[in-house]
Amino acid sequence: MPPLIRSPLAPRVALALLLIAALALPTVAVWAGEPFYLRLGARILVFALAAVSLDLILGFGGMVSFGHAAFVGIGGYVVGILFAHQADGSTLFGWPGTTNGYIVWPLAMLAGGLAALPIGAISLRTSGVPFIMITLAFAQMLFYLMTGLKAYGGDDGVALWSRTSFPGGPNIADHATFYYVSLGLLVAALLVCWRLVNSRFGRVIRGAKDNERRMRALGYPVTRYKLTAFVIAGALAGLAGALLANATLFVGPQYLHWSRSGDLIVMVVLGGIGTLIGPVLGAAALLLLEEFVPEAMNLVHAGLGEHWKIVLGPILLGLVLFARKGLWGLVTGGNRP
Amino acid sequence: MTGTSTSAAPMLETRALVKRFGGLAATDHLSLSVAVGELHALIGPNGAGKTTLIGQLSGELTPDAGRILFDGRDVTALPVDQRSRRGLARSFQITSVFPSFSALDNVALAVQAHAGHSFRFWRDAARDRRLSDPARAVLERVGLGARADVPASALAHGEKRQLELAMALATGPKLLLLDEPMAGMGPEESARMVELLAELKGGVTILLVEHDMDAVFALADRITVLVRGAALASGSPAAIRADAAVREAYLGEEGEAV
Repeated sequence: MPPLIRSPLAPRVALALLLIAALALPTVAVWAGEPFYLRLGARILVFALAAVSLDLILGFGGMVSFGHAAFVGIGGYVVGILFAHQADGSTLFGWPGTTNGYIVWPLAMLAGGLAALPIGAISLRTSGVPFIMITLAFAQMLFYLMTGLKAYGGDDGVALWSRTSFPGGPNIADHATFYYVSLGLLVAALLVCWRLVNSRFGRVIRGAKDNERRMRALGYPVTRYKLTAFVIAGALAGLAGALLANATLFVGPQYLHWSRSGDLIVMVVLGGIGTLIGPVLGAAALLLLEEFVPEAMNLVHAGLGEHWKIVLGPILLGLVLFARKGLWGLVTGGNRP
Repeated sequence: MTGTSTSAAPMLETRALVKRFGGLAATDHLSLSVAVGELHALIGPNGAGKTTLIGQLSGELTPDAGRILFDGRDVTALPVDQRSRRGLARSFQITSVFPSFSALDNVALAVQAHAGHSFRFWRDAARDRRLSDPARAVLERVGLGARADVPASALAHGEKRQLELAMALATGPKLLLLDEPMAGMGPEESARMVELLAELKGGVTILLVEHDMDAVFALADRITVLVRGAALASGSPAAIRADAAVREAYLGEEGEAV
């Protein structure tokens, strides 16, 4: 399918329009009297961040991780667990709980990265289908671990009754502020990833995706670069998890479930694998479809919305078949960024 | 002449190297020596064990017995990337480039591999002249200067072979391990490659595995004939051409033409 717009300026124009739309959304939502859109928008931004972090390893590094939701979940649990200790005044390894975002959010990133280190180190001993299966297995292990954490709600997870606080900083209890903070972090993450994939480091992981054997023959100890990318992606996913916990005021094992990892892969592929903006579009498209397909079906016939996946499936299939380079590819003809 | 070794020590040496696949000895107590600065050709019929030997020399295969010495050091247990960083560069029989990178970036990636570690996360590598300048110079050297910005996937077969060689060269090797650089080339492309290898000869030590006998006899300082994993003969092109055992075992009818 040819790109919708052929000018070389198209990616920049599309990017500017996206940014303007994202910035304007809170104002529009308030003006339209639909604060719900604000929450949906924040949710899209959070999943976009998670999908971008996945694409860093999936699209640029060629590592098909089917367990990326585990790192999102771990980041979420850092927020949830520290909140729970703060709430009942108990301690964790002798430390009090906290909802201070200057501590909690970096910790969520650290936890995501630290979890990715051994998982990556073991999984990267394989490639191809075994890699997919091992990352899936690790994520499911963590899923069951969280299910078994009775102290933190087990199956039921942890409900939060307030968002993370930033003393002296933005008050993200306000929906619009939280939205803008999420947007700022997403844009910052995109900038960092953009530098990263074009740096020497980025060239190594992209080269390894193209031809790993040749990279070794050129003298690259490929695995340690791929592992580093895996850890960076885990840390970014951890941050997305911290945001997700705040967006939903809830943390539960389902955040780590393999189907969430699958959703993230769908977002990446749908939006444009191996691009930075693609996963953002993919996250928006998937979440909007999930939101509005059931609603539209209920309009046709009350109760029909229950079966929304029957409609979503063919829509996704069509998009993937007819926009092979993803939604971002439709705009740019498949060129980076 | 590149390299730091003394003139007496060979650049590359195998001692009683053995590699078996099941009952078959693909490398059978092979002792081979490549002197500093020479162009050493390795020939042999299909199934003689050339590919297996290249695999062991580059580090992709682990020998069952014997040792490999490179530039005065035992590298038998070193992984592929470490051998490469010590100056052992190889080209692949089946073209092995990075299809989504431009010709220039393919070579720049080779330069980067030998320009310190790559845990550099911020600067745009495409604008890094410490990578692109040497890469461009090597591309010019192999005759691909005008094709620098073409994606590797869009290059003609012969050009990909030249790029393959450029990448090996760009690592600044002490030893070039060339696995059939003329594979699949037409006569004109082959002639161009022979010319190129003749230019490189003397500047860098080369171990050339090649089926093209005209090329081998035109280029080689020394030739080793590999048959069933062992060295049947080793010597100057004239000596190999005159060797009765070689003629019988390998060159056969083709030997008449040589």
